[in-house]
Amino acid sequence: MKGRNILTLVLLALLVSCGGESKKTPSNSTKTVKKAAVKKAPTKKKSAKKVTENKELIDLDNKGLGPIKSVTLGALDQTMADSGQKLFKTKCSSCHRTNRKFIGPNPTGILKRRSPEWVMNMIMNPAEMVKKDPIARQLLIKFNGSPMANQNLTKDETRAVLEYFRTLK
Amino acid sequence: MKTTIKLFTALLIASLLFTSCGNANKGKKQGALSSNAAEKVYIAPGEHDEFYAFVSGGFSGQLAVYGLPSGRLFKVIPVFSVDAEKAYGFNEETKPMLNTSHGFVPWDDSHHPDISQTNGVLDGRYVFINGNNTPRIAKIDLTTFETTEIIEIPNTAGNHSSSYVTENTEYVVAGTRFAIPVPQRDMPISEYKGNFKGALSFIKVDPKDGGMDLEFQILMPGFNYDKAHPGRGDSKDWFFFTTYNTEEANTLLEVNASQNDKDFITAINWKKVADYVKKGGGKKMPANYAHNVYDDHTHAATSTMKKEVLVIDPSEVPGAIYFLPTPKSPHGCDVSPSGEYIVGSGKLSADLTVHSYTKMIKAIEDKAFDGDAYGIPILNFEAIHAGSVKQAGLGPLHTEFDGEGNAYTTFFISSEVVKWKLGTWEVVDRKPTFYSPGHLMIPGGNSRKPFGKYALVMNKITKDRYLPTGPEVTQSAQLYDITGEKMELLLDFPTVGEPHYAAGIPADLIKSKSKKFFRLEDNKHPYVAKSEEDTKVIRKGKEVHIYMTMIRSHFSPDNIEGVKVGDKVYFHVTNLEQDYDVPHGISMIGAQTSELLIMPGQTETFVWEPKQPGVWPFYCTDFCSALHQEMQGYVRVSPRSSKIKLSWSLDDE
Repeated sequence: MKGRNILTLVLLALLVSCGGESKKTPSNSTKTVKKAAVKKAPTKKKSAKKVTENKELIDLDNKGLGPIKSVTLGALDQTMADSGQKLFKTKCSSCHRTNRKFIGPNPTGILKRRSPEWVMNMIMNPAEMVKKDPIARQLLIKFNGSPMANQNLTKDETRAVLEYFRTLK
Repeated sequence: MKTTIKLFTALLIASLLFTSCGNANKGKKQGALSSNAAEKVYIAPGEHDEFYAFVSGGFSGQLAVYGLPSGRLFKVIPVFSVDAEKAYGFNEETKPMLNTSHGFVPWDDSHHPDISQTNGVLDGRYVFINGNNTPRIAKIDLTTFETTEIIEIPNTAGNHSSSYVTENTEYVVAGTRFAIPVPQRDMPISEYKGNFKGALSFIKVDPKDGGMDLEFQILMPGFNYDKAHPGRGDSKDWFFFTTYNTEEANTLLEVNASQNDKDFITAINWKKVADYVKKGGGKKMPANYAHNVYDDHTHAATSTMKKEVLVIDPSEVPGAIYFLPTPKSPHGCDVSPSGEYIVGSGKLSADLTVHSYTKMIKAIEDKAFDGDAYGIPILNFEAIHAGSVKQAGLGPLHTEFDGEGNAYTTFFISSEVVKWKLGTWEVVDRKPTFYSPGHLMIPGGNSRKPFGKYALVMNKITKDRYLPTGPEVTQSAQLYDITGEKMELLLDFPTVGEPHYAAGIPADLIKSKSKKFFRLEDNKHPYVAKSEEDTKVIRKGKEVHIYMTMIRSHFSPDNIEGVKVGDKVYFHVTNLEQDYDVPHGISMIGAQTSELLIMPGQTETFVWEPKQPGVWPFYCTDFCSALHQEMQGYVRVSPRSSKIKLSWSLDDE
């Protein structure tokens, strides 16, 4: 296990130096997918404009689709964040790492890029989100068609994970 | 030449059309204004069937789940036979399910499914089914549609008059078809008569968790006990068993067991016997039988050998057991929804014999006996006989009921299903079956409350009904609409194995309870890894245990080194998904076992014993996502003498 931790550190250093981007050379097919995606990206909605840009997607107005309509963020609730961290470990960490892009995006700093409602809806309602939400659709393509898994978290559990995300710096 | 062929073909088609038109016309005439058959069985894409049908697989050893009226196959539940597709009997977790007193038995002959009941009405909690060959009773949980318990039945051979439940699922009942020495011993076969016994077993079902426990066995005379059904309503405390080979023949039974004009239906007041047991009655005899239980939290089965069984001699409980004379080698033993009529289908009789429960009770009170057999009173036939359906057909086998006062009986020799009226015994309708039906099933048709919309007839022979597939052809089921005065054949569909019997239930009674996935929090498997952080590889001498996880679309770890030739490698794999219908599979090149097919939240284990050095890949066998083809990994196998340390990683972490 020690060996693994050291490896992680080394890897982390490497990743930071190369901007945390995927170190794999994209294959031809990936390129094609990306091109097609840019063409197909919806242009009707306001938020969609930002989506078509291939850089960091930022949209704090889009609340996404799903059961969460409004979230008020108060002072950080550390107890809630701790339980969120535990849930994140079992239910999410196979695909999301807090130190790098992995199977899915790194949740660190997510609330600088998305609204809290969007984050919770993406956790609770991923199937509809990747079909209808422009950002979620774009992310699905960006992450090689690897779907966001619905891990069937309850609303409270999802809220706890969101609280944990607030602690990630 | 071409013209001749064309002409011939045209004629052939015309004749076929003509024949089928003839049939259709008949159907229409009988079905009055009924719409066409195709419409009645058509379930539009995305729509659900109205009924589940659990159809036994006979020599396949399994239980198939179909939808009615469409006849679509949804699942084959492995019960008594190994199933490489689902790793049943191949993975470490389910191997104990098939343990018996004879060791691991990978196959059986599954016959008679029966759904649990409350107050005589289907409650949709469990399906019970019997293994005929190495006598066992299995329980299938209808939330997971998986076999969760199997109990072996001692002192039994050819476990055929099984597995039927009493009105509140107090007991599931199993009876021996073959009489055998009890206890088993080395003795001349010719001394069968008077020395062999026929055990009828009563397995207690725990009302809370459904746990089965063989409470007692009645050691009956050495006849063959063929089929059984419980009473209901007034007769609910009784159980009825058809009883043939009262000649006690031990060779050429087709002749020697067909001598007596009348055999029996055995009537047992099980309540009385159970009360006797509660008061300490019966005696314990040494036995050896397996009790195998699968746990949904450990995702694994355990097998316990039981060493004792409580046996009861009929003479110990006077007034509890009687013989009802029934012509001739009766097979089916079916009780009407009211519990009043007990139908005995004498295979070799031209008539169907129906006994009256009310009359039976009176005959017992009046002591209207015609002697006894081994001390068990034989009731006077006339005193109990309710009526006979005269010349109904040839080779009657089984009867079910529609709840409207009608009974439906299959006739094996004359290949037909016959509808008749309870009480008047008149034949109302008859329809051909294709061919040689065994059982038939009306959903709830052996309970107090039948759902009398369809009858499913299960055929033994299909000959020309389907495209030929060499000498072995499919067996089939046929669906009849029984809502009208006349029956209407709607559909033929092929079945898995040989369908002996089926149990049907309205889908609404169970589909909302169907489990979607297993919660990771509840996973108590000793080798679970609940997150990628928990994954590891441990060596214990020559055993290597890999704690692995899977999620769309990777394994963790997916690179393992330090395994050596001669190691026994256990892959303990947990599916971390927590969503409906996201199973993953895993298989390893050269593993002498099956793949694993692991449901979300579940852990399963397979063993691999690498025989050559090299780098050997494993991969996901269930197309799980767009990146399924990327879901793979490698194990490096080094020579025994190698000093390479055990290591494991995912993406070099």
